[in-house]
Amino acid sequence: MHRTKEPALKAVATPYNRALHRFAVFTASATFVLIVAGALVTSNDAGLSVPDWPTSFGYLIKVPHWVGGTRFEWSHRMIAGFVATFTVVLAVWTWLAERRRWLRILALAAFGTVLAQAVLGGLTVLFYQPPAVSAAHAALAQTFFCIAVAIALFTGRRWVEEVPRVELDTRRPSLITLTLLSIFVLYVQLILGAMFRHKGMSWWPHVLHAAIVTIVLTWTAVRAVSLYSKIEAVRRPAVILLSLLMAQLCLGFMAFLTRVAWGHDAVQPELPMVISTVAHVAVGALLLATAAVLAIQVWRHVPVAFEEPVPSGQRKPVAA
Amino acid sequence: MNKKAWVGTLGVLCLLGLWLLVGCSKKETPAEQPAAPAAAQPAATPIDPNTVASVSGTVKFDGAAPKAQKIDMSQDPACKGTNTAETVVVDGGNVANVFVYVKDGLGNRTFDVPTQAAVIDQQGCRYHPHVLGVMAGQTVQIKNEDQTTHNIHPTPKDNREWNESQPPAAAPIEKNFAREEIMLPVKCNQHPWMKMYVNVVKSPFYAVTGPDGKYEIKGLPPGDYTLAFVHEKLGEQDQKVTLAAKDSKTVDTSFKQ
Ligand code: HEM
Repeated sequence: MHRTKEPALKAVATPYNRALHRFAVFTASATFVLIVAGALVTSNDAGLSVPDWPTSFGYLIKVPHWVGGTRFEWSHRMIAGFVATFTVVLAVWTWLAERRRWLRILALAAFGTVLAQAVLGGLTVLFYQPPAVSAAHAALAQTFFCIAVAIALFTGRRWVEEVPRVELDTRRPSLITLTLLSIFVLYVQLILGAMFRHKGMSWWPHVLHAAIVTIVLTWTAVRAVSLYSKIEAVRRPAVILLSLLMAQLCLGFMAFLTRVAWGHDAVQPELPMVISTVAHVAVGALLLATAAVLAIQVWRHVPVAFEEPVPSGQRKPVAA
Repeated sequence: MNKKAWVGTLGVLCLLGLWLLVGCSKKETPAEQPAAPAAAQPAATPIDPNTVASVSGTVKFDGAAPKAQKIDMSQDPACKGTNTAETVVVDGGNVANVFVYVKDGLGNRTFDVPTQAAVIDQQGCRYHPHVLGVMAGQTVQIKNEDQTTHNIHPTPKDNREWNESQPPAAAPIEKNFAREEIMLPVKCNQHPWMKMYVNVVKSPFYAVTGPDGKYEIKGLPPGDYTLAFVHEKLGEQDQKVTLAAKDSKTVDTSFKQ
């Protein structure tokens, strides 16, 4: 049952490039800061405090009158500008220095995502925050974060140099199916949350779906930890996934109290609402990225064992 | 091979971007409408000034009035003074900021749009007035008397949405709303507590209750009317009233939370 096999995703031997990896980690961290800055914009209802785009009050980078909503919206735009620049550098650098073709394409895709994200951000300002566009901006932000985290992972020393410990997965549904399902339900949860946050939908689909997210993520994490605890690369993200899920449920509950239950008629900005909703968005992003890392590691370390194609007459039932 | 991948990926990205742009803008472009319909205005139906009637009254609040929430304006030092939420303003049982208008009974009459602008003043990071009535097509002049930048952002259902910023000492912004719309919210995204409502109607027969809960609508031709009392939070109440020539009637109402 414990068979090692040629590691997945490692077709070309590639030397570890420390500088590139550090830069990728830096870009991913900057993206997390950007997501927090973006969440602050929405929680402070500051999205339209700077009415023009791509200029800000007619200028590209002149610091405006530093008050009210502008502080959030303008800083979000500037951090986004930095992250876009880092992404261009990362894409070009990866293209030049990296041997793995798929990784070069991923870096290029990161650049494409950041461009699309800027366009969505602009559209949401110019069309006065249509819920679908604002929600797409929120969802693509986290997609970009996952890509940035994945690039950081793929350029890491461990990924490049380790000979992965591989265990074949004979269970059904397989762990990789569960991790992909986790990403899917988290993504749906992100869209439902973003649609509510941007006033395009009621709160209850998000809260109901949280139950499904909880079940799927717990199932995934428990399966990963109980069966593959010896594989650190799988155990670690699974444990983090479970812990973040707990935190996220508490934060979701707090966001619900401050935004929906008490906050309905509140005179904004209410600090507890801003803090709990921003933390909920941030932990949501971390959850999605952790699920992505888990899926990547499971793909590498726990590949699915397929049945040998046996003539149907001789087929025996396989234990689940 | 590599070059091919480059070109291919870039091509796909550009197409995706274009598709996004076209798709989103098509769906989200707000229905444009003429800024000033005044040109096509039909002549006003004449009213005999010797027969006109009036209606007035007081809007009361049933039960204990909610306490006004204090607003923390510390995020902008230019926002001076104290500020409390104006969601429900009740003083001695009288409800302020109720928009009262003739909702029904005027038939096909048309009215001249006032040439005088209705004014919204931003002072102390709040709107004065909190509830405004205007006629469709009437100029609304928005002034900024604060030493800070505001942005004025109406979020209408039936009118065109817009969003403009107004730095300190900037010239007044002049706009109008083409279509009838009750309780059209206007907000400032710099100062999230700043909110007011514009009510756009087709006749000049409207009023807003003052701090004493009182309103008065004058110059109505005799007839059977439905008066609507609309409050941003407490909802709408309608009352029927019949006005004979030169009548002066009282119509009171009350709201509950
Ligand atoms: C199961 C895990 C959950 C995940 C992964 C999750 C994720 C998210 C995300 C990503 C957003 C923000 C979307 C955006 O960027 O605009 C959001 C918003 C929100 N979520 Fe959750 N959520 C979860 C559970 C819950 C629960 C259990 C509740 C309530 C009891 C809840 C209540 C809310 C509320 C009220 C908002 C909107 C916040 C606002 O108005 O600013 N969430 N959620």
